[in-house]
Amino acid sequence: MDFDYTPREQSFREEVRDFITENLPPKEKRDKNFLATWLEKVRAKGWVGFAWPKEFGGSDGGLMEQAILKEEMSLAKAPPLGTSMMGLAWVGPGIMEYGTEEQKQKFIPDILDSKVTWCTGYSEPNHGSDLAAIQCKAELQGDHYVGNGQEIWTTGAPWSQWIILLTRTDFNVTSKHDGITCFLVPMDAPGVEVRPIQNMAGDKHFAEIFFTDVQVPVENRLGAEGEGWKVTVSALANERSSIGEVTQLQAKLDDLKELVKNSKRQGKPATEDPKVRRTVAKFEMKISAMKYNGLRYLTKQIKGEPLTSETSVNKLHRASLEIEMDDFAIELSGQAGLQLKGGEEAVDNGTWSKGALNWPNVVIGGGTPNIQRNIIAERILGQPKD
Amino acid sequence: MNFGFTEEQNLLKDQVQRFMKEACPMTRVREISASENAFDKDLWQQAADLGWLGLTIPESYGGLGLKWIDLIVVLEAAAEGLSPLPIASHALATSAIVACASEEQKARWLPAMASGAAVVTLGLYDEANWIDPAAITATATTAGGKVSLKGKKPFVNDALAADYLLLAVQGPDGLALAAVGRDQVQVAAQPTIDSTKPMASVDLSGAAIDAADLLPLSPAQLAFLTDCGGVATTAEMVGAGAAVLSMTSTYAKERIQFGKPIGQYQGVKHRLADMFVDLESYRSLCYFAAWAVDDSPEELAKAVSMAKGYASDAFAQIGIDGVGLHGAIGFTADYDAQLYLKRSKWARPMYGDSDYHMDRIATLGGL
Ligand SMILES: Cc1cc2nc3c(=O)[nH]c(=O)nc-3n(C[C@H](O)[C@H](O)[C@H](O)COP(=O)(O)OP(=O)(O)OC[C@H]3O[C@@H](n4cnc5c(N)ncnc54)[C@H](O)[C@@H]3O)c2cc1C
Repeated sequence: MDFDYTPREQSFREEVRDFITENLPPKEKRDKNFLATWLEKVRAKGWVGFAWPKEFGGSDGGLMEQAILKEEMSLAKAPPLGTSMMGLAWVGPGIMEYGTEEQKQKFIPDILDSKVTWCTGYSEPNHGSDLAAIQCKAELQGDHYVGNGQEIWTTGAPWSQWIILLTRTDFNVTSKHDGITCFLVPMDAPGVEVRPIQNMAGDKHFAEIFFTDVQVPVENRLGAEGEGWKVTVSALANERSSIGEVTQLQAKLDDLKELVKNSKRQGKPATEDPKVRRTVAKFEMKISAMKYNGLRYLTKQIKGEPLTSETSVNKLHRASLEIEMDDFAIELSGQAGLQLKGGEEAVDNGTWSKGALNWPNVVIGGGTPNIQRNIIAERILGQPKD
Repeated sequence: MNFGFTEEQNLLKDQVQRFMKEACPMTRVREISASENAFDKDLWQQAADLGWLGLTIPESYGGLGLKWIDLIVVLEAAAEGLSPLPIASHALATSAIVACASEEQKARWLPAMASGAAVVTLGLYDEANWIDPAAITATATTAGGKVSLKGKKPFVNDALAADYLLLAVQGPDGLALAAVGRDQVQVAAQPTIDSTKPMASVDLSGAAIDAADLLPLSPAQLAFLTDCGGVATTAEMVGAGAAVLSMTSTYAKERIQFGKPIGQYQGVKHRLADMFVDLESYRSLCYFAAWAVDDSPEELAKAVSMAKGYASDAFAQIGIDGVGLHGAIGFTADYDAQLYLKRSKWARPMYGDSDYHMDRIATLGGL
């Protein structure tokens, strides 16, 4: 056991840090070209799609280097390395694994160059957690498919150019996992209509999408007909390491401690209140647990031992931390904590009150806590499926 | 970066697990705990012959010269079967001697500890559940070339099994550890809920020792030994927690109610998942703390507070759910789940409960 880095890893970390010092000005000094320049530069470094094979324009980066890159970027609160989060997280890997040569040529470079933003069409009005219960219909007619149905909660749909879409091409199946087919569909195809949905925090990040007789050429099918479930599961498996989340949570904890130091409870310094002290300590303890869980799982991966579903452990911690930390900050600040950004007494410019309305992004978006518990109980502990 | 165990450490774990299965199964654990002094000398000697008692003793004194991260492999695996052997106490006494003793004292004590000839335990505080130098009120005063001891220590682990005890006292020059033979002091069993962790009170009054049997103990060393105690206890909580989770998870797959295995009901399976999440988490924190003992002492205090603080409440709940998810059978004396619940009660306050550790995390974290 050791927490040392090899000279190569160490120099890689320094390279990342130097790059950040040079290319990430403080927020107030960023001009309107900043993001474009940043994206170009990280791309030139080979850090976009860092883990992807070189033949596709990635860097073949090792697991440890990936973690270092993520950690340093997150510590510096740097902007993302590409504009298409989902393109980088699972659409790209899905295409590299199941796509045709043509699809690889056509889509991969644009994801890496942040030219195209992707969204993900999995959830429909009648199913969310039950991901495989796809109803959106696609029918082969000659050299193209015709799609009809509805997606919902599609993050980024209002500004994405492409969608990775799950459809059902066969309704006559004994297992719901069969008969699913995956497509890559341009959002400006005739028959695609996007209606943004406002969430409780006031944002319109997600949308519902209606598909009416949308024609999708056969060459836009990802994987074989009926193979959609396999494509999805293996693409989603690329979302793994939680190291970035840990650094984010640590930064949030530091902010929370500052707030505690500047707060009073019934006229006395909040730092003297045992409940306050223990609550903050528990947050710190859980974040630490996430960190060391993550390092233990990373070690396993580096040694080539397959993970089952251990990442669900940290997802559950993160879900409760996201909800509890903002709420605690609000409670600490009384009514002032309830003011949103711009309110005259708003605490930390409404960061906490906004957070208290934003947790579903993390807690529901990637599979709810109940589903994470099912995953742990069934896949790790071997309990029967419900 | 490698936050995993070596091949050798994994083999050691297998060896301990095999030993527990073959030489010290639960029936034997129950017999030992019910016997006088709750100690099995033969089993102890076998553990010594396997090298486990000298793991952290330097090679020059007959040990293996390994680290706490190796030691906790043994503690965790032995605790899966609720081993009643005083391995943790002996290891803490070892660390105390390695940290505080002179070369002469080490040469006198450590070889016998490595060979298993002497069982040694450590008693630090004189008030249950108060961790502070002020909680040491026993005294050692010099009189006529001898050192005379006074005071009483409650709840010293494995004191009845021990041949020697290292007891914290306020000495002539500040804190010290007094090394006494068991026959020099009055040791009286203090049974608790958990008979697999025998405790006893030790009355030092009237005992006189040589000055050569007094070890100076700085407040920093006292804190270090307390933290080592936290690591040892948490490692045992990892092993015991894993065992009761596995027992309960197996039962949930087999027990049928309303026509289905109870593990299919989310009231059961989600509780099992939560047990797993907590166990994984204090396991990771425990491994880091054990590593910090030797390799990053400046991080130790916080690391221990995270690990023990997490484990104290989490293992208590795991103990309760381990019994509860079994239904009435879990409540029976014959069924082993209840022994783990009792262990969780024993472990909870040991070397600091979660309130103590949370408060210390707050302090160390700048609040
Ligand atoms: C911010 C945000 C962004 C999203 N972005 C996208 C996106 O880009 N693309 C996309 O396709 N989807 C997206 N989603 C949808 C998301 O994947 C689903 O919301 C999620 O899977 C839950 O599905 P649901 O909302 O239909 O709730 P349901 O599945 O109906 O669940 C409702 C409640 O029932 C519980 N429940 C359901 N099944 C079980 C079970 N078997 N056992 C116990 N409890 C159960 C759930 O835990 C939940 O509390 C997004 C959601 C959010 C909140």
